[in-house]
This record gives sequence, structure tokens and C-alpha cells, in this order.
Amino acid sequence: MALMFQDPFETLLQFQQSLDQLRSSDWLQTSPSGGGSYPPLNVFRKGDDIIIIAEVPGVPKQDLHIEAKGKTIRIAGAKNFGADANASIHRRERRGGQFDRAITLPIEIDSERIKAECRDGILAIYLPRAESDRPRSIAIT
Amino acid sequence: MAQPLEVQEKKELVAKGEKTVPARYYVPSTDIFETDDALKLVMEVPGVDRKDIDIRLEEDVLRVEARIDRSKYDGMEPLYTEYGVGHFTRSFTLSHRIDQQQIAAALSDGVLTLTLKKVQQAQPRRIEIR
Repeated sequence: MALMFQDPFETLLQFQQSLDQLRSSDWLQTSPSGGGSYPPLNVFRKGDDIIIIAEVPGVPKQDLHIEAKGKTIRIAGAKNFGADANASIHRRERRGGQFDRAITLPIEIDSERIKAECRDGILAIYLPRAESDRPRSIAIT
Repeated sequence: MAQPLEVQEKKELVAKGEKTVPARYYVPSTDIFETDDALKLVMEVPGVDRKDIDIRLEEDVLRVEARIDRSKYDGMEPLYTEYGVGHFTRSFTLSHRIDQQQIAAALSDGVLTLTLKKVQQAQPRRIEIR
């Protein structure tokens, strides 16, 4: 399934629709805690590599811990925000707390080359597919 | 804070009018605090750059629109999804106790904080007995 975008104004809507179609995907079904745990994440494929994107608004970079072991990636951290002690609360919709989530990918990843970045409350983890896991083209003799 | 953090389903905007942009909007989770001299609005807009936030004040309605950058997802094919991606928008009606000339905004780690100063008369003060 390749995504083709022609009209720049339509691209986001088409992208949103393709995200919706996957809501029930069982891609990470074998993970220890797939779905429902914090942070919510989306998994993308770009070429041969996998990119995990999570929404972590209000979590500073230094409060995020990412570990990789084999095919499993662990994302842990804490979201803390304090309010002034003398402030009265009118509305409380944001939630804070600790989180710890592990995801197991169905492909081999090159743990040496994993990169992670966190910007504007979005965590992106780039997971390059291991050389041993890459498909090999076979010459017909 | 030791309690585990739960996922909150992103709330999609139910628009009153027809949207002119063919994209989905979400309502950012917002906390509202009041201190002695100001009202603080803290909203979560992950993935939005400061230049893509539009804050407008019109007829006592403060409207915040935060747009994400779609191009960051170019060439990426979704395999598994748990949340929707879209722009954020939310409107707040301000009371006359807010000094509309003094509204400050700050963005950090995907959290937008608006500080709305109260007008002098609305601030608590001590009344001396003569």
C-alpha cells in the first residue's frame, strides 16, 4: 500500500483516513502491552525502516527513558506538572503520572543505529531494520 | 506522583460550521487555573511548531488554532495506529474581568500556556478599616 498524495490540501485528510483504517491492525498483537497503555503511539514504515511516533506533550526530554533489547523497545518516563499551590482550578483535563511501556516489533532491528528525538511533545524513534533481516534479491540462474 | 498514566482518547472537534480545510481537528486537553492576578490556560498541542499557532481575540472570544506539519509524515506508511493525527483548535469566551491587552503565550514540549491577566478591579485587595 503506497500512499500517493496529489492535492496538498487533501493530503492530511487522506493521511488521517489511512491512519483510521489501521485502528484495528494486529501488527503489534504479540507485544506485552499493545494498545491502551501510555503513551499512545503510531508505527510507520519508511523504506525498510520502522518509525515509532508517540505523543508525549508536557514530558521533557530528560524525563524520557528509552531502552532497546533485541526486538523490544521500552519507553518509560513521568509526566509531571505542578500547579501553583494558591491557584484555584477551573478545569482539569490533562493527566499526569508515570508510564512504562514495552513494544515488541515483528522485525529484527539494528539496535546500534536506533535514533530517538523529542520535539514539541512528539517522540520519534527511528529503528533501522537489521541487515540480516533485509530481504535479499535472488538472481535467477 | 506514582499513579500510572492512562491514555486519554483524543477528542475530535464537532464543528458548528463547515470546515474549509479538508482535515480533522482535535480539541486540545486544557487545564484552567486562576491565581490572584491571572487566569492560566494550559493546553496540549503535541507536534505543533510555535510558528503554526494562531491565537486570535475577537469579540471576547479567544480562539486558538494550532496546526501540525503534515510534511513530517511524507513517505511514511502507517502500520499500526493508536491515535489520530490532526490540527488542534479550541475557543474560550472571556469575561470582562480579563485585561484583553495583556495576554501572553508560551510553548514548551508541546504544551501551550496562555496567561490572561485580570483587570485591576478584579484582583483581590485588602480593605482597610478607617
